[in-house]
Amino acid sequence: MSNEPLIRLENVQKSFTNPEGKKLLVLDDINFTLHENEIVALLGKSGSGKSTLLRIISGLVTPTEGSLYFRGKTVQGPVHGISMVFQNFALLPWLTVLENVELGLEAQGMPRKLRRPKALNAIDTIGLDGFESAYPKELSGGMCQRVGLARALVVEPELLLMDEPFSALDILTSENLRNDLLQLWTDKRTRTKSILIVTHDIEEAVLMADRIIIFSTDPGHIQAEIPVHLSLPRDPQSDEFRQLLDKIYTLMTISERAKVTQTHAKTTILHPEYAYRLPEVSVSELIGLLESMEDHEVEDKIDLPQLADELHLDINSLFPLTEVLDMLHFTTISNGDLVRLDAGIKFAAADILERKNLFAKHLLKYIPLAQHIREVLDNNPNHRVSQNIFLDELRDFLTEDEAERLLRIIIDWGRYAEIFAYDYDAGLLSLENPQ
Amino acid sequence: MMRQISYYQAPEAEIGSKPNRWDIIALFLILGVFAALAWAATQMKAPYQVGHPLPISLDPSALPGYAAKTVLRMFIALLFSFLVTFTIAPIAAKSRQAEKLLIPLIDILQSVPILGMLSITIVLFIQLFPNSLIGPECAAIFAIFTSQVWNMILSFYQSLRTTPKELYETAAMFHLSFWQRFWRIEVPYAIPGLLWNTMVSMSAGWFFVVASEAISVSNQEIMLPGIGSYIRVAITEGNLPAMYYAIIAMLIVIFLYDQLLFRPLLTWGERFKMDRVDDIHPPRAWVYQLLTKTNWLKFIQIICREISEFCLNSPHCKMPSLHKSTLHTRYSKVFIWFWNGLLVFGVICSSVLLWNFITKAVSCVEIRHVFFLGMITGLKVTILIIITSLIWVPIGILIGLRPEASRFIQPIIQFLAAFPANLIYPLIVTVIIRYHLNVEIWSTPLMVIGTQWYILFNIIAGAATIPNDLRLVTKNLGVKNWLWWKRLALPATFPYYVTGSITAAAGCWNASIVADVLEWGPHKLVATGLGSYISQYTTSGDFPRIALGIGVMSFYVLVINHLVWRRLYNYAASRFTME
Repeated sequence: MSNEPLIRLENVQKSFTNPEGKKLLVLDDINFTLHENEIVALLGKSGSGKSTLLRIISGLVTPTEGSLYFRGKTVQGPVHGISMVFQNFALLPWLTVLENVELGLEAQGMPRKLRRPKALNAIDTIGLDGFESAYPKELSGGMCQRVGLARALVVEPELLLMDEPFSALDILTSENLRNDLLQLWTDKRTRTKSILIVTHDIEEAVLMADRIIIFSTDPGHIQAEIPVHLSLPRDPQSDEFRQLLDKIYTLMTISERAKVTQTHAKTTILHPEYAYRLPEVSVSELIGLLESMEDHEVEDKIDLPQLADELHLDINSLFPLTEVLDMLHFTTISNGDLVRLDAGIKFAAADILERKNLFAKHLLKYIPLAQHIREVLDNNPNHRVSQNIFLDELRDFLTEDEAERLLRIIIDWGRYAEIFAYDYDAGLLSLENPQ
Repeated sequence: MMRQISYYQAPEAEIGSKPNRWDIIALFLILGVFAALAWAATQMKAPYQVGHPLPISLDPSALPGYAAKTVLRMFIALLFSFLVTFTIAPIAAKSRQAEKLLIPLIDILQSVPILGMLSITIVLFIQLFPNSLIGPECAAIFAIFTSQVWNMILSFYQSLRTTPKELYETAAMFHLSFWQRFWRIEVPYAIPGLLWNTMVSMSAGWFFVVASEAISVSNQEIMLPGIGSYIRVAITEGNLPAMYYAIIAMLIVIFLYDQLLFRPLLTWGERFKMDRVDDIHPPRAWVYQLLTKTNWLKFIQIICREISEFCLNSPHCKMPSLHKSTLHTRYSKVFIWFWNGLLVFGVICSSVLLWNFITKAVSCVEIRHVFFLGMITGLKVTILIIITSLIWVPIGILIGLRPEASRFIQPIIQFLAAFPANLIYPLIVTVIIRYHLNVEIWSTPLMVIGTQWYILFNIIAGAATIPNDLRLVTKNLGVKNWLWWKRLALPATFPYYVTGSITAAAGCWNASIVADVLEWGPHKLVATGLGSYISQYTTSGDFPRIALGIGVMSFYVLVINHLVWRRLYNYAASRFTME
């Protein structure tokens, strides 16, 4: 076994240029090595650029800056020895299971006589025997991902990349498939030397990985690296496991909080306050979370992993909620706990109209975009302004999509709070009530 | 998990078994089709001189032969359509520069009246192949080709542009070559859409094959052996029984085409669909089942597979995998400027040429008159679309809401849509003559006979997609009568209605060329409109006027498409789609 790392990334940076010619930094300053005999998890919220990083490592995407080495050689385009499992399986629906698994061998120009036994063997190993002649459409999601796994393993890759491989599956199926994969790994039944898995599921990362790399957004960068020394298979109920989970939750929420305040500070210099990003959450979700905290014994404080578990929320849905509640000063986070503030308690206890009033007050006080829209409407003689005016303003600082998303979110919140009205057909924001 | 027994049986194991009864039926079917087409092909290269009419026999026993030739023309055109689709669409999808030119060009070519073009192309082809029937034969095939190819190209182009990114990534990860990627991923992904569009094209093609077989250019009648000419002769002789024979023959041809080709192919195409829909009633076709049950055909299937294995995977067919990012950067800015300049230059040159060509022969007053004729035809089309909509929208909605009824009726409508409406024209002419009806009014409905089905077809499909929840909730709230139509049925089917009407209206314009001038024996009825203008000058071979007529018609179709249909379409998509 050589000491040379399987993968080495040096100062990797990735940016995209949008149609308006603006440069958007997606990944910044990534330094990272991957050695043999380890499973590494890349953990982060969706949109943190972790999938882009995986695609850079796979050779599908070329980095804007920095260099990437596979076994000491520079990577330019997909190389032999790395294969990938996709989130939504990416099976070819017109090929049978067997033909799908054969695809990689076929591309290598291997004749049918040689590739068929290999494919059948991989199918057996992954527990798909009996399904060889089935089409992917006939299979459940779990079975489809097994095909994806067999297809990736049959080419005997040294490195297996997995892009959220279990996130499209239900809990039981993903647990089953994860255990089977870990079994294959510990029994050394594959030739794969190393696995790199991208996930947003904290528990999954702790269950599988020897090393967890926490990713943070705007732009995507490595926030922390946590080694996991527990032996496989791991018990999610054990104290060590729980502690590790708590640690990661705290780490990730700290980064979220830091970011909220940080962007506050940064944006005042670069762009007006109203153009900073808002997480995509609906009002009813916010209310639901505040209400659910009513039911707890220690009413105003709750452990985040516990909350995520109870509400069956992954970090992609939980963190945006806590972030917005934090912005609105309804809750705050301390030491991995979600703490309700006075306004939050008052809100949960109020009736529908009072809630609207309270929400409107906080929205106008703490969300600059809401303030801005209201001001423009107040100053307009007709109190009616086209949404395009605001979109144009936002576009100066954000991408087209991001500007539209931002306006959509604030319209949703603003409508609930009744601080302004919106006419979809005309695309008008106004202070009037519908006739 | 390590079980060694595999339930998988390689298909090779099944070849050895002896033929079953399905084999015999299938064999006869296939041999029969081949024999008919081969015979028709030998007849096509007969020597021929312009002005020397081919004898067309009105004897019903000659009809099967004529039908075979008509079918063969269809298939040759289809073959060329596929070749062109597979070359043009990838170019448009992969190169931004080519895309800029090709896609608008195809959009325009789609609106050019094919029947008007025929008179120009036929002269060209006769020059190319003098003293042979191949000239007019090519012109007819070319006309069918131009009626089919555009939406096939657009469909394939669309699929290439929308192929899921993950599939491309899979291809890259597993090192599929450019060639392998095309046949393994891009083509299969495009198949359902392409197949559907091909079938729609074929349906429209029957109309043009009938119209293009017998055409008078420069005062000479050119007739190719086929059902179209048979009808033409029956019309000039005023032979009513022959008319019926021809219609029956065409019905049989369309029926066979529908059963032997259309339905099996659609069933086969199901497997290429991406979405996992749990359709309880997947389309079934008896021919498809027959083919999948025979053993001999499995043998053919295996041969096909070996050929594809050889063509796709053998080392000497292997091409380098193109890296995507290098493709676009290769064009330098200078090249793009040069290309755009060339395009502008080309557009200016051709419009000057066309203008000179037309204005040399035609006065400005006449040009104004042609625009006026276009307006009349436009008015007719509008009225027809309104009337047919009033009839078919309610009926279509009622059918679409009943799944059993629509499963039964849909194939019939597809069948009617494929049937060339121009076969019916003479029958209606006899009625007009007998009862001395006004030609201007009563010839108009002919334009819509063939294309109205698109409205009905789409409305049925639209009504079928109305969610059951919405139907139940309106029932629950007691929403009935006009309110039910206004609040549920009409808005829900509106996007589908627009799609159907676009096709129907475009078809009407095209059909006006045939429907404006009607003949029966010694009688000749001419209705006012752009159609009769084009048709008249086609007969006399006045090319500047034909060009003017075609140009004005294309202009109207394009302008109406952009000003009316496209806006309605976008409005429907943003406002009335079920999302």
